[in-house]
Amino acid sequence: MTMNMHDVYLAIPLACLAGSAIAGLFGWKIGRIGAHAAAILGVAVAFALSLLVFRDVAFYGHTYDGTVYVWGVSGGIPMEVGFLIDPLTALMMVVVTFVSLMVHIYTIGYMRDDPGYQRFFSYIALFTFAMLMLVMANNFLQLFFGWEAVGLVSYLLIGFWYTRESAIRANLKAFLVNRVGDLGFLIGIAAIYQYFGTLDYAAVFAIAPQLANTTVQVLPGVSSGVITLICILLFVGAMAKSAQVPLHVWLPDSMEGPTPISALIHAATMVTAGIFMVARASPLFELSDTALSVILVIGSITALFMAFLGVVQNDIKRVIAYSTLSQLGYMTVALGASAYAAAIFHLMTHAFFKALLFLAAGSVIIAMHHEQDLRKMGGLRKYMPWTLVTAWVGSLALTGFPPFSGFFSKDAIIEAVARSHLPGAGFAYFAVMTGVFVTALYTFRMMFLAFYGEPRMDEHTRKHLKESPAVVVIPLVLLAIPSAIAGWLGLAPLLFGKFFGTSIEVLPQHPAVREMALHFAGDGPFIAHGLQSAPLLLAVLGFATAWFAYIRYPQIPGLIRERAGLLYEILIRKYGFDEFNEVVFVSGARAAGRLLWKIGDVKLIDGLMVNGTARVIAWASTVARRIQSGYIYHYAFAMIIGLFFLMTFFLHR
Amino acid sequence: MYSAHALSLAIWLPILGGVAVLFTGGDTNAHWARRLSLLIALAAFAATVPLYTGFDQHTAAMQFVENYSWIPAFNIDYHIGIDGISLPLILLTSFTTVIVVIAGWVVIQTRVSQYMAAFLIMEGLMIGVFASMDAILFYVFWEAMLIPMFVIIGIWGGPNRVYATVKFFLYTLLGSVVMLVALLFLYFKGGNSFDIQSFYTLKLSMSEQILIFFAFLLAFAVKVPMWPVHTWLPDAHVEAPTGGSVVLAAIMLKMGAYGFLRFSLPILPDASHELAWLMITLSLVAIVYISLVALVQEDMKKLIAYSSIAHMGFVTLGFFIFNAQGMEGGLIEMVSHGFVSGALFLCVGVLYDRMHSRQIRDYGGVANRMPVFATFMMLFVMANVGLPGTSGFVGEFLVILGSFQVNGWYAFAAATILVTGAAYTLWLYKRVIFGNVVNDRVAALHDVGVREFSFLALLAVAVLAMGLWPSPFLDVMHVSVNHLLVQAATSKL
Repeated sequence: MTMNMHDVYLAIPLACLAGSAIAGLFGWKIGRIGAHAAAILGVAVAFALSLLVFRDVAFYGHTYDGTVYVWGVSGGIPMEVGFLIDPLTALMMVVVTFVSLMVHIYTIGYMRDDPGYQRFFSYIALFTFAMLMLVMANNFLQLFFGWEAVGLVSYLLIGFWYTRESAIRANLKAFLVNRVGDLGFLIGIAAIYQYFGTLDYAAVFAIAPQLANTTVQVLPGVSSGVITLICILLFVGAMAKSAQVPLHVWLPDSMEGPTPISALIHAATMVTAGIFMVARASPLFELSDTALSVILVIGSITALFMAFLGVVQNDIKRVIAYSTLSQLGYMTVALGASAYAAAIFHLMTHAFFKALLFLAAGSVIIAMHHEQDLRKMGGLRKYMPWTLVTAWVGSLALTGFPPFSGFFSKDAIIEAVARSHLPGAGFAYFAVMTGVFVTALYTFRMMFLAFYGEPRMDEHTRKHLKESPAVVVIPLVLLAIPSAIAGWLGLAPLLFGKFFGTSIEVLPQHPAVREMALHFAGDGPFIAHGLQSAPLLLAVLGFATAWFAYIRYPQIPGLIRERAGLLYEILIRKYGFDEFNEVVFVSGARAAGRLLWKIGDVKLIDGLMVNGTARVIAWASTVARRIQSGYIYHYAFAMIIGLFFLMTFFLHR
Repeated sequence: MYSAHALSLAIWLPILGGVAVLFTGGDTNAHWARRLSLLIALAAFAATVPLYTGFDQHTAAMQFVENYSWIPAFNIDYHIGIDGISLPLILLTSFTTVIVVIAGWVVIQTRVSQYMAAFLIMEGLMIGVFASMDAILFYVFWEAMLIPMFVIIGIWGGPNRVYATVKFFLYTLLGSVVMLVALLFLYFKGGNSFDIQSFYTLKLSMSEQILIFFAFLLAFAVKVPMWPVHTWLPDAHVEAPTGGSVVLAAIMLKMGAYGFLRFSLPILPDASHELAWLMITLSLVAIVYISLVALVQEDMKKLIAYSSIAHMGFVTLGFFIFNAQGMEGGLIEMVSHGFVSGALFLCVGVLYDRMHSRQIRDYGGVANRMPVFATFMMLFVMANVGLPGTSGFVGEFLVILGSFQVNGWYAFAAATILVTGAAYTLWLYKRVIFGNVVNDRVAALHDVGVREFSFLALLAVAVLAMGLWPSPFLDVMHVSVNHLLVQAATSKL
């Protein structure tokens, strides 16, 4: 082959960056078509080259680990920008660029009338660049670069409609909550730098086993394994980025951004960065059962309790947002069970079907003239056949009905948890099983409220209802295809095969996935088992409940709301996380700031120290000012004091 | 090759140029004053470039050294030279002056020649501080550079300028006097020499070291400024004209930090270690306490001033943890903070020139009227937040890496700025730039012109270049920093 693969790797993110730069800097000149052409071309090139890389890695086994340039050296330790191309990275690259390309095309339709059209394209292409740099990194520093850069673009896009108060509140909140995670993440990186003397993945993972028994004193009398400490700190970062309780609060609010980015950033790609990071660092996490237990418990709390919230939401995007939180919880549970492959498998299928669901919701929102309230929808199936069919594909995949993709990946997680022996695994199993029922309930509730029953919108909106244009529908169809088949295709190589090779490491004491492979001896028996097991039954039950409550007897939800008022109140208040943060952290910080300023700076330092001295000097200067004015006097004065000091000093020496 | 007087040229070209600008006279010739000043500023910047290109990164010895006897009776010499610690600061100084001259182009309409001259003369004096190898020469430049700053605040400043100047003066006076005493002590102790490098080999007892350390600390801490001697800075900034704020934040604050490296650490290694706990504590208090204070500011300039103090906390923290990451991080943070705080003060200046208000509540929805400006400010705001890819990240990151090696909790306390810094900076941006147009005055705003665009773009390039590829900045420091670390680790008892 004549093409140098190193150049190909470099070209992939740079194509997106170029697209972004052209759309952003010259958008005013090249117009809407020029801007979207540049951005889409960049991402399309990245997608095509990613496929090439994927083929190269998956079929020819060509991996790569090399430096692009030395960012900086300090204390003799170089910090670099470089790429690690292995199966895990290659898979992520394909998923990211594919979903991004679909979202780019879809945006042409969705943002058609928006004055910020070029800016939007510039941002999403920039996002794709940042996400690629994140997944392609070969060291923790660059990972952090990508990590923060996707956070920046997320911030810019949540606040895309910057005149809306709700949007600019949401983006500030998103940035700050993510910064809390970054705080942990950065300290984790500092710890890696301290104990490993490098930030390079390969070197860190090679040294890690030697540090397995090293401990460090965290507080007087409290010590922790170094690896455990590092893993928990890194996971704090993942908790913010991948929206795990209690750092999940920003994700529902991020729905203030335009729907295409909800699909791309806040469902398919950026929010899965935390999952990716843990899988990437599996050689570290494998060494700490404590960290894995924490991950397992946090993930299961997120998976179950966020799913409940999806049931009471009336905004179609928020239903899907809580679904995303819950599904991220599933992925986290898989990580905790050392089923990294299952987590990445679910990450991939989720990227397809959740992007699909968001874009389908966006299609509904376009038809509804930007109305997002499910209570004002209903009966849309007659008007939007393509959206309906693709939304069904997405819903069935999400709820885990065979043969759609979610069935495979979710079952893999549940089976893996069942085989985990870590503390918390029992609760995790309960959570992910119950979650299946709740997932089906909120998903089909949404489907029934939007597409079935009597139309509840006003007459004007109803008259104008129509299917969305081709640029919107085509991405839906293209996403529906992998949503349907990716699970079936991916199961054998990703979960039971050797696709990931050495890019994911699982120690013998965490045998969940290996046992699964032995137990089921391939994908055939796995599917057969899945068809007869409890999760499918629970999903059917969820479907039936939704049908009863929203189609057959639509008065039921109202009755439940009246009878279980407290429970409803807790759910609608989202367990009070927002109120707690508002009172304790936001108001608390402001009160502390005001106190330190007014008392510390103004009263104590200025009032006592400075102005006290100043009054003395001022009195002296009123005398002196008769003789001289201006600044020269000050210098004379300085000299006198200086001489005085000097003389006393040397006389008493 | 390079002139034997390259360094003197960098010092005296702007000073003499500034005097020449004075000769353009009154405001009838203002346009000549401006053009001449820009020409001199550019020439002065060009004069500092050979210092970088001709700099040998492989030696810790002073370079571009010039040594002439000045006052033989007291062994005072005109002795100058630079190393990898002073070089980046000199470049920052000459770069900033170009920006400031462009920024004052239209805004300053009275006594233009004096305004421009003050900045040019100040540039030379500040470079002199960074280049001095003789203690008295250092002291002369150190004191002299304040005069143009007093003049700038005193003449072109805001309504409360007298209070601010007096406060500024009081603080610095206090510090400078005791520093002079310390220098004289070292002179007598070391056999009648003011050569700073001769101080480095001086044997000093612990009590002597501690006394001198506090004398220096008072002088340097006021300049940095460190908590609790910081309250002059917000007032000085609020009253200073934009250009004054830029130089104050970008360069003058660096003098104190530079002093620690040039004097305290190598002359007083034992006291520096002995009192490191104090320095680290004060730095962390600055980072945590001042960040919270910044959160509740209602005046844009005050907010950025407090943000400056918090960021300077990173610098002093980095210096007193005694490892390469910390010290290089601190130095990088100094340069980066020069770009970023300078840029933010210019952003406030751009708004102030149009609205004549610095109060956050008078603004809202500026992005609707000034999209180009909003984009630039977003970049600078993100640099202030320390986003990777901007210069703001590099220093903070290195200092956090360095402080973790000493104590994980130091790193944690310092890293809280990730959250608090983002909170005050982005909340400011949200209230000023985002939202709907709040009043008619905002509605009447017009976007940046060519002149404003040019200085914002220059700074944007600097912020991004340093963030994406800090190697050129770091590489010149390594040898000098390692040398200094060895000096600081060698006991003098």
